[in-house]
Amino acid sequence: MPESKEIQELILRIAKIIIDELKLEDITPEKFDPDMDLVDELGVDSMDLATVALVLQDEYGVFIDEDDYPKLKSIRLIAGYLQSRLQGAKG
Amino acid sequence: MQTVSSLLDKQWYERYKAISRLNIRSSIYDVTNQCNLRCKGCFFFSSDEHKAAPEETDIARWEAFVEKEQERGVNLAILIGGEPTLHLDRVEAFYKRLPTFCATNGLIKVPRDRFPDMMVGISLWGDEEDEKLLRGKDAFAVSSRNYVGDPNTYYLYTITPRQIGRTERVIRRIAEAGFKVHMQLLSNDEGVEGFTWTASQLADIRAEMDAMLDRYPRAVISCRYYHEVITTGRMLGRPFGWMECPSVTEPMDDRQPQPKRLIRFIRWAADLQTMHRCCTSATRDCRTCKDGAAHMSWVMVNKRAHLTSAKDLQNWIEVYEMFAKLYRFIPW
Repeated sequence: MPESKEIQELILRIAKIIIDELKLEDITPEKFDPDMDLVDELGVDSMDLATVALVLQDEYGVFIDEDDYPKLKSIRLIAGYLQSRLQGAKG
Repeated sequence: MQTVSSLLDKQWYERYKAISRLNIRSSIYDVTNQCNLRCKGCFFFSSDEHKAAPEETDIARWEAFVEKEQERGVNLAILIGGEPTLHLDRVEAFYKRLPTFCATNGLIKVPRDRFPDMMVGISLWGDEEDEKLLRGKDAFAVSSRNYVGDPNTYYLYTITPRQIGRTERVIRRIAEAGFKVHMQLLSNDEGVEGFTWTASQLADIRAEMDAMLDRYPRAVISCRYYHEVITTGRMLGRPFGWMECPSVTEPMDDRQPQPKRLIRFIRWAADLQTMHRCCTSATRDCRTCKDGAAHMSWVMVNKRAHLTSAKDLQNWIEVYEMFAKLYRFIPW
């Protein structure tokens, strides 16, 4: 099933936030593999995740529980998590 | 963009994955203000931290406190003192609820029927001569008898400048007694004459620590990069100090910009309310602090800074593995 435009936009936005917050070089949101394992490949740690989560919380107005961090393994999984939280908030 | 797998071969990548999600969240607890030794150079007494707060004596309050620490996300309790084994009921309040490490001088044996697999780190300040000079007695003679054959025990050997050229005797004594050992350096908080490090002494002891690791690989829990960082006080060209230290109590940390740090870290006094500024003495000059755990943590929280070359990342992995072994998150 093709990805919704909403998810694609979320993926690009999350990639941009990660690039900015973690000061990553030589990468653009468009070239960021949304399925890359953030811990096993990018070397993200829990403080990095907390930093990114705070920006996402501010921008999207959803609370990201620290207990959920282990689920947020890739940009696509973060996007899916955010979308479900946003839909939950609307519903 | 550098990725982990692009820098490592398969074997190193597997080692990385074995530790990458451990997410260790430690805090440090002063179990008591009392000790059965008074060591020259002990930061706890030299900086009057034993007077910082009265001790909580109600064991039910200790138990409730540890449960709150669990809720706060702590997954490693590091017990220091004073001497924690003077109050085993307080130690037990932690051990029953959290992975627990107990630092001790080893004069009192932790009863293994109550604490079967609690990791115990026994402090050692050198050979018999230095132990008598700094601690008033040869504590090793007692502690090694108390813990003989204990697989959950290792020695925390605090090396002083006077030990240069003499560490092998100490390491061999520990290895022959069947124990593991981790090396750290004395921060001479009380300014005891002859115990303050000079640059050339630090270079000498680094070479000696490397040699001990090579000669006693089964006994020594360490790695060369840790030796480099702790003796030079530098990591990836950055100097250690207040603006870099990761082991600052989180609610007291108002540093700007905020460095990479241990999440949730607090060092609690024995009243269970007072917080100390950091993992060691607040009167210590951070530029010359030689605290081993703080330097290990400094490397560990700066993982992505080590994603610049295979060697840098391997160095990071070795330090993280060392810490994880010392606190039982992975086997020896």
